[in-house]
Amino acid sequence: MLNTKPNIASPDDFYEALIALHGDLTPEQSRAVDARLILLLSNHIGDAAVLRQAMARARQGIEPAGHDTILAARA
Amino acid sequence: MHVDYQSLRFDYRRSPDQSAGSAARHPVVVVGAGPVGLAAAIDLAQAGQRVLLLDDDRSLSSGSRAICFAKRTLEIFDRLGCGEAMVEKGVTWNLGRVFHRADPVYSFDLLPEGGHRRPAFINLQQYYVEGFLLERAQALPNIEIRWQNKVTAVSQSAEAVTLTVETPEGEYRLSADYLVAADGARSPIRRAMGLESKGRSFRDRFLIADVRMKADFPAERWFWFDPPFHPNQSVLLHSQPDGVWRIDFQLGWDADPVAERAPERVIPRVRALLGHDAEFELEWVSIYTFSCLRMERFRHGRVLFAGDSAHGVSPFGARGANSGVQDAENLAWKLALVLRGEAPDALLDSYDSERVAAADENILNSTRSTDFITPKNEASRAFRDAVLDLAKDCAFARRLVNSGRLSLPSTYRNSPLNTPDEDAFEGAMLPGAPALDAPLEGGGWLLDRLGRDFTLLHFGEAAPVVDGVRVVNVTPGEDAQGLAARRYDARPGTAYLIRPDQHVCARWRRLNPAKLRAAVDRATARVPEMAAC
Ligand SMILES: Cc1cc2nc3c(=O)[nH]c(=O)nc-3n(C[C@H](O)[C@H](O)[C@H](O)COP(=O)(O)OP(=O)(O)OC[C@H]3O[C@@H](n4cnc5c(N)ncnc54)[C@H](O)[C@@H]3O)c2cc1C
Repeated sequence: MLNTKPNIASPDDFYEALIALHGDLTPEQSRAVDARLILLLSNHIGDAAVLRQAMARARQGIEPAGHDTILAARA
Repeated sequence: MHVDYQSLRFDYRRSPDQSAGSAARHPVVVVGAGPVGLAAAIDLAQAGQRVLLLDDDRSLSSGSRAICFAKRTLEIFDRLGCGEAMVEKGVTWNLGRVFHRADPVYSFDLLPEGGHRRPAFINLQQYYVEGFLLERAQALPNIEIRWQNKVTAVSQSAEAVTLTVETPEGEYRLSADYLVAADGARSPIRRAMGLESKGRSFRDRFLIADVRMKADFPAERWFWFDPPFHPNQSVLLHSQPDGVWRIDFQLGWDADPVAERAPERVIPRVRALLGHDAEFELEWVSIYTFSCLRMERFRHGRVLFAGDSAHGVSPFGARGANSGVQDAENLAWKLALVLRGEAPDALLDSYDSERVAAADENILNSTRSTDFITPKNEASRAFRDAVLDLAKDCAFARRLVNSGRLSLPSTYRNSPLNTPDEDAFEGAMLPGAPALDAPLEGGGWLLDRLGRDFTLLHFGEAAPVVDGVRVVNVTPGEDAQGLAARRYDARPGTAYLIRPDQHVCARWRRLNPAKLRAAVDRATARVPEMAAC
């Protein structure tokens, strides 16, 4: 079960550290840091059900407006 | 003896069928003398079936094409009588290494344990594989091969399939009980029947440069992401027999597929990897893109699609040729039983369900590898690069690195031919699994003992007496290393029913003749309820 109750002891300290990570980065560099962070935290959590719940919550409310580069194939 | 299989040409010969007043009738016609059609024809012939094999060409594979042949496929080739020739000629390998930029990040051993006759993989040019299969096929009196016989039309009724065949001397017609369409990715038969193979295409292009050179790289699969000699793209290096090396360069979608094939474009890329004074010759150059796709059904009445005609995957994982040969083996014994009248036609439906499930597994693995190698959007690129970066010092990330998950045989978990377990077992040999090999005393191998029909593999001091099924008994003395017992979680009295394609279909802790009979009936679709599956 994904824990969405308060679980971080000093929320303001945490938030400051998170933002500070990106202070002097370009958007591309930030994306790299975020990706590493997500992978590190995901492995730490480990529980597949929790990870899927978190993924679903993260996408909530976002109306998809992009697409990837896969094409339909027919032969 | 060295045979240049690529230069062999086979003569068209007129068949009496071409002068027959009406379409000559054959029990089974296999179309396509690629690895899949050849394997199917040999397997059918070994089961005592007369086979007609048609091919529109007069030569074997031009270019090395598929080079990695997996352990299970080698075991199938052993059963078909040409495994030893393949392994002797091939380059044996078990180890893969992955590099990011100039640094090693990950390596994997595909066969970490001993006690197997065959290695995880050999590398062998497709023309050798086809050459050895062809020599075996030519040695079997009940296979007839007709070169330059091109199938141009197919129709079927409840009783037969009718084909129109074009030859240098004009058209003729044939009829058959069953048709195996192993006619490759573009499958003219699929098209003639108005059928499609559907799936996904990836926006990327790759260059294969097979080069002949003296080099002292080890016989391992080396894969680079973003190497200094080919920035931002991936490169694969792999050895083949005769001093040939496969180098596969990712080029990206915008590369010009015609210009990139020119030696003046290819040679500098190879030099960048090998060094500027490297001496090599270009052996074969090809540019490819790929799709992951399959037909919705592999069985259409009396026509059975196998290999590339039925499904396609990306080359990363070596699942194309390997899975096609596994299709052939799944189909052959079933067709042979049906043609002999020993099993109902419904048995062929299980070819469709088992091999469609296998194709889905291959497509899933191949798509995942492709998503890693060819990121399909900015986010997937960022995660891919993050995985490679973390892999340097975080063990967990190494397991996410995906340069191809290499071909493994499918376990037919949900097959209607399986008898569900009633007894408790551990380990991998569940119903539907391909039987694992093990060494036996005196230098023999377990798989070699299994034979061409259903086999009851029994563990104990003495073989049980059973009716109608061949028994292979493994005594504790023969299994001196205990590997067979360990791999099969066997105790004295344990019995496995193994299909002709060496997949497990039932197992018990204690043999019961009625249950054994029922399991054989079920595995041959002879149980009335089974007809509905
Ligand atoms: C350029 C290239 C590179 C490849 N590289 C790799 C690789 O690195 N690794 C890998 O695993 N796989 C690779 N593959 C795929 C692999 O070669 C195939 O998966 C494998 O050959 C499939 O075997 P098949 O017998 O189903 O089809 P094919 O080998 O294509 O054989 C089909 C046969 O049918 C014949 N035929 C076609 N139409 C008719 C007709 N109308 N009548 C009679 N005969 C007909 C053809 O002449 C041919 O002999 C590559 C393929 C290509 C083209």
